[in-house]
Amino acid sequence: MSEKTMTQEQAEFQTFCQAWLQENKPEPHPVALPQAAYEVTNPGHLTYLSEWQAKCYEAGLIASDLPKEYGGHGMTGCQQIASNEVRKAAVPYFINWIGLGMAVPTLLECGTEDQKRTFLPPIFSAEHIWCQGFSEPGAGSDLASLQASAVKEGDQWRINGSKVWTSLGHFAQYMLLLARQDKTDKYGGITYFLAPMDQPGITVKPIHKMTGESGFNEVFLEDAIVGDHLRVGAVGDGWKVAMATLTSERGAGVGVGAVASESPTLVMQQVIQLAKDTRRGGQRVWDDPVWRDRILKVYERTEASLQNARRSRIKALNGGAMRIPLQGKVAGSEISQSLHQIALGILGLKSSLYVGDEHAPANGKWPLGYMNTYTGTISGGSSEIQRNILGERVLGLPKTK
Amino acid sequence: MTTPKDFGFTEDISMLKDTYAKFLSEQKTVENLRPSLKGTEDPYHGDQRPAFYDAQNWQQTVDLGIHAVSIPEEQGGIGMGLVAATAIAEEIGRYALATPLTNTLLATFLLRAIDTSEGNALLEAMAGGTRVGLALYGEDGSLEGDSTDVRVEDGKLLGQSWYVTDAQKSEVLIVAAHSADGIDLYKVNRQGDNVHLFDDRIVDLTRDQARIQFDHTEAQALTTAGQGLMSIQKALPALLTLTAADIAGAAEWQLQTTAEYAKVRSQFDRPIGFFQAVKHPIVDMMITADETRSLVYQAAAAYDFEPEDAARCAHLAKSSASDTAEFCANRSTQLHGGIGFTWEADVQIYHKRQMHSQFLFGDGVWQRAKLGELL
Repeated sequence: MSEKTMTQEQAEFQTFCQAWLQENKPEPHPVALPQAAYEVTNPGHLTYLSEWQAKCYEAGLIASDLPKEYGGHGMTGCQQIASNEVRKAAVPYFINWIGLGMAVPTLLECGTEDQKRTFLPPIFSAEHIWCQGFSEPGAGSDLASLQASAVKEGDQWRINGSKVWTSLGHFAQYMLLLARQDKTDKYGGITYFLAPMDQPGITVKPIHKMTGESGFNEVFLEDAIVGDHLRVGAVGDGWKVAMATLTSERGAGVGVGAVASESPTLVMQQVIQLAKDTRRGGQRVWDDPVWRDRILKVYERTEASLQNARRSRIKALNGGAMRIPLQGKVAGSEISQSLHQIALGILGLKSSLYVGDEHAPANGKWPLGYMNTYTGTISGGSSEIQRNILGERVLGLPKTK
Repeated sequence: MTTPKDFGFTEDISMLKDTYAKFLSEQKTVENLRPSLKGTEDPYHGDQRPAFYDAQNWQQTVDLGIHAVSIPEEQGGIGMGLVAATAIAEEIGRYALATPLTNTLLATFLLRAIDTSEGNALLEAMAGGTRVGLALYGEDGSLEGDSTDVRVEDGKLLGQSWYVTDAQKSEVLIVAAHSADGIDLYKVNRQGDNVHLFDDRIVDLTRDQARIQFDHTEAQALTTAGQGLMSIQKALPALLTLTAADIAGAAEWQLQTTAEYAKVRSQFDRPIGFFQAVKHPIVDMMITADETRSLVYQAAAAYDFEPEDAARCAHLAKSSASDTAEFCANRSTQLHGGIGFTWEADVQIYHKRQMHSQFLFGDGVWQRAKLGELL
């Protein structure tokens, strides 16, 4: 939004956001935060990050445009401004990223009036942390093959099964849960629930990733109980509701909050700086034309992502409303992966030094970050699934399944 | 200074682009080209391909005023910037058009950078429909400043210009030559005395190209005191952006045509687009084509609104475009299978245009080398 086209309310709000963020930017936590919200396991980090998110919410930087009855601030066209300013301010990320990024759009689109009033405010304030119970050991890319069962008993449902890759499951009060009420109907047999995590039927067991961190979990549901009032959408409409959730996860939805982490542009600048600061064979890596070409190919794609976002808002040039947004996840995650691969290459053998080694460049940030880029290329619909979606929805190619 | 969020792609430019796109969509641009190819297919025994362009199409383009889109109003043009010219160049690429319009747009920006009364007079002639081409390269085909093999002696040109694109479509040439003061630019009447044109046999079927020999040729100086090199450098971001836009338009055609083919061509009882080995590379064509297109509009906006960032953005755009040209051409032929490898298929025509465009004004590697110097 250029200055010219802003309303007075928006312009004032932007100034307010800038000043507020400057003034309220928290001191760093004594123990360095993990690179992303989904890797947080330290309870001290949880408290620190929840307090930060609550403060931002109170100030109007979260739920800026949503109606007051849902805990919003009732402004117009201000969320994007807030999210941009948060990103620019290099402040800690919002811990409740699943709540903000997935639960909020799902509830807004498909939730009952009661559900919206009850669940939205504590998501904004990070009072309730949310996790997502979609994937199962046997249902990854083919999500609709999920088997967790839901059996109706009076006004409640009995859930049995197991979920996997559940980020923040160890902190969460609620789970966005998909379970099957009908085994004979693959897509129409799924129902969507908001499952309370604090009950005897739910066990959360951490899974260690290849990085050694344990941001995500396996969750066992053994006679877990969910009230029928916590169902989202009709019985058997779970797949449709889930698609609404996944659309926002895949970068095409309306942003309600902001997940502030290092922007690709910033990481790109760091990689260029790394090449300028690293000497090998008597010259800077940056002065080696082979390396420079490799770096600049990714620089080009990083810049192209920004310009894609810009072009996607111009109707006459975007090739259709969803064409560019649906590319966001696959392009962004693959660019991030290439950037990290290059950083490792620039470091050479130094990249073998990992977190905790006293000689590790940036305390092992680059090998750690590289391994974590697979979160981007695999979770929330792998790059392969993204390419199916793009081919089918944008180019109209025949559906793979 | 910053560029507008919408790249300065105004309602007026949008209408202009639509008008030109509609005009081209009503013509059979590739089919019209076909008769000129008859009998020239065989590279060993075939005839030299005559330079082709559709004179009626060109006249209508002039009548619509499209050719003068970026010629300043003082010289009788419409006076729009590079964003508008880029929008037009994209359509030229999409229709793989053989036209003097490409050179007209390039020459417009070179002459605007030259900014002399002689240069402005030529802009005025262009507004009236005069077709101008560029003769900037020496034999090495590089843009490293002084690569030209032409020199000035007693005000006359001597030597030869290489790889002169669409030379046959041009009435006037802007020639880079070594003067006493460095590199200067000269205006030459292409059909005048002591100008010898030798047609190149080239891969690209939609353009022509020639080597031009100057033998004490009459020329009018458009720049003096070695200012030519500076003019080329100043115009270069525009030349890169326009060429990249042509590639982006052609890549979009390659993407759509390949996707359509994958929906109708059936093997193993299914349209081949069902198979991920086909579907995913088509999506990759889209991803790379979209990146190029976005960088192209960024570069055009930078040239118009933030000139200090124009070189960086233009190198980015042509770097991306050159690689997109190679990738989309490659995948379009491969995914069409045997039919795509034949002379009859239109994909081969676009493929060869892209092979040419990839190297015009420098390929991806060269763009990135130049870009690196700016970072």
